[in-house]
Amino acid sequence: MAEREQIKKPAPQREQTDVEDAPAVSAQGEDLKAELDELLDEIDEVLESNAEDFVKSYIQKGGQ
Amino acid sequence: MAVPKICGIETEFGIAHTGADDSNPITASSLLINSYLSEVERTGEGGPATGVSWDFEDEMPGNDIRGIAPLGSLAPEIETHLVNAVLTNGARYYVDHAHPELSAPECSNALDATRYDKAAELILIRSMESAARVLPHGQELVVYKNNSDGKGNSYGCHENYLMARTTPFSHIVVHATAHLVTRQIFTGSGKVGSEAPGLTTAEVPFQITQRADFFEEEVGLETTLKRPIINTRDEPHADARLYRRLHVITGDANMSEVATFLKVGTTAIVLAMLEDNFLPREFRFRAPVPAMRQVSYDLSLAKTLELADGTTATALEIQWDLLDQARKYADSHGLDAVGGPVGDMVIDRWEQVLAGLETDPMTLARQLDWVAKYRLIQGLAQRHGLRPDDARLAALDLQYHDLRPERSVATRAGLEALVSVEEARAAISEPPSDTRAYFRGQCLKRWAPSIVAANWDSIVFDVGDEPLRRVPMMEPAKGTCGHVRDLLASCDTAADLLKRLGEAGSR
Repeated sequence: MAEREQIKKPAPQREQTDVEDAPAVSAQGEDLKAELDELLDEIDEVLESNAEDFVKSYIQKGGQ
Repeated sequence: MAVPKICGIETEFGIAHTGADDSNPITASSLLINSYLSEVERTGEGGPATGVSWDFEDEMPGNDIRGIAPLGSLAPEIETHLVNAVLTNGARYYVDHAHPELSAPECSNALDATRYDKAAELILIRSMESAARVLPHGQELVVYKNNSDGKGNSYGCHENYLMARTTPFSHIVVHATAHLVTRQIFTGSGKVGSEAPGLTTAEVPFQITQRADFFEEEVGLETTLKRPIINTRDEPHADARLYRRLHVITGDANMSEVATFLKVGTTAIVLAMLEDNFLPREFRFRAPVPAMRQVSYDLSLAKTLELADGTTATALEIQWDLLDQARKYADSHGLDAVGGPVGDMVIDRWEQVLAGLETDPMTLARQLDWVAKYRLIQGLAQRHGLRPDDARLAALDLQYHDLRPERSVATRAGLEALVSVEEARAAISEPPSDTRAYFRGQCLKRWAPSIVAANWDSIVFDVGDEPLRRVPMMEPAKGTCGHVRDLLASCDTAADLLKRLGEAGSR
């Protein structure tokens, strides 16, 4: 077998992209947080009301 | 060159019968599928091939790639008495091990596999609606696309890939294991807690995959007990002299299309590369089974895995190496074996996702199921001050996979789509155009009354006067639209088709 290869870290252009994106990410971060709050509101609505019973009663037969 | 990586996804769904005093999952699954078949047949929506049953002629789940199965190993049993339908999109829809299962048709690339996986979801949703109309008021069948009930019972989402018979199995074991253990960082659907013996939610509050807890062997024939990372079932559903079918049982069922796409796409590329003897480095784990769990439990993605040669690597590093090889492979061999341009899409996505995982996994909340779920679990826990073992978190975990549109959490999570709703809808009744599923699906659409049974590699016709005729389809890449469209168009009846095929055969 050939000499063991050094595992490649991500290529430089990828890191550059990350740096350039950094300011956008934090603005995006704010949006994401607002969106998460909205999402959690919705989840609070659709979540089974009796979580304990729901989780307990979800029993499946083992499959493949 | 690697043989085309024809692939298919088969999913066992979780099922709950609510509002019923005592319910039996086998009866519930049969009811679910039968209601769908009869309602859709009545409304003429297309999908089921009426009156055609699955043909068990080529099922040999006890055959072991290694030759004789080791003493004490348990071959899966085939249940022939339950509902078992063939669909005009080339899929099989049936009851397996007390679960509704949909085995999607053979696809030539990961994007098609994703499209048919989405169509499968639509079929299950339609099935729930059909069942609701025949069940007593207050009762409902609810389908979950997940892989565990949180109590130690697991059911699978399997992938199948066409491999050349000449590829040494030991070679598959090494490279496929390296990939299957480490791809979990993007294929995982996430799970609250652990179902491995002796571990509590305090020790593993959340893990990357649904399935990692259930693997106990490195290589083996079982699928329901002592599950192995590499399954040795030797049932090619194709010409056994040329092919084997790698049956991958480690994966999670994904709600995210990007996760499904990458799960199938990267695996197809790794298998093509190993088949072409292209991978220079072997990542042999010192202990593959614990490695499965270690990767699944490590949300930091930073822990190193011990390799047999004494070195170490993280799952992410091994994935970067495989991606790097994939780029070189694309340059030197091309990606025809994995769907050409779709293969390029896979490589680009693969890189984006690995880069995201390396920088901050939370940036992938629209792409990866485990990240999307983890974000919601954390959010809900913070909002209500919940402890990791609070039932509401386990409930959210289950409901992420609930397929009812009015209850599904995944469909609310803003996951990126790769397939349009129209494309997925069309795939409910239309077969893929570039595998033998095309021939199966088209024959079923046109001539179901003259077809007795069908399976992956043959169709059995009954055209009246003659004995039953089995038409074999031993080449998964043949019987495509390009191959048989003109032939099918020139035949009015199944008898015409058999006559034409007979003429071709005797020439």
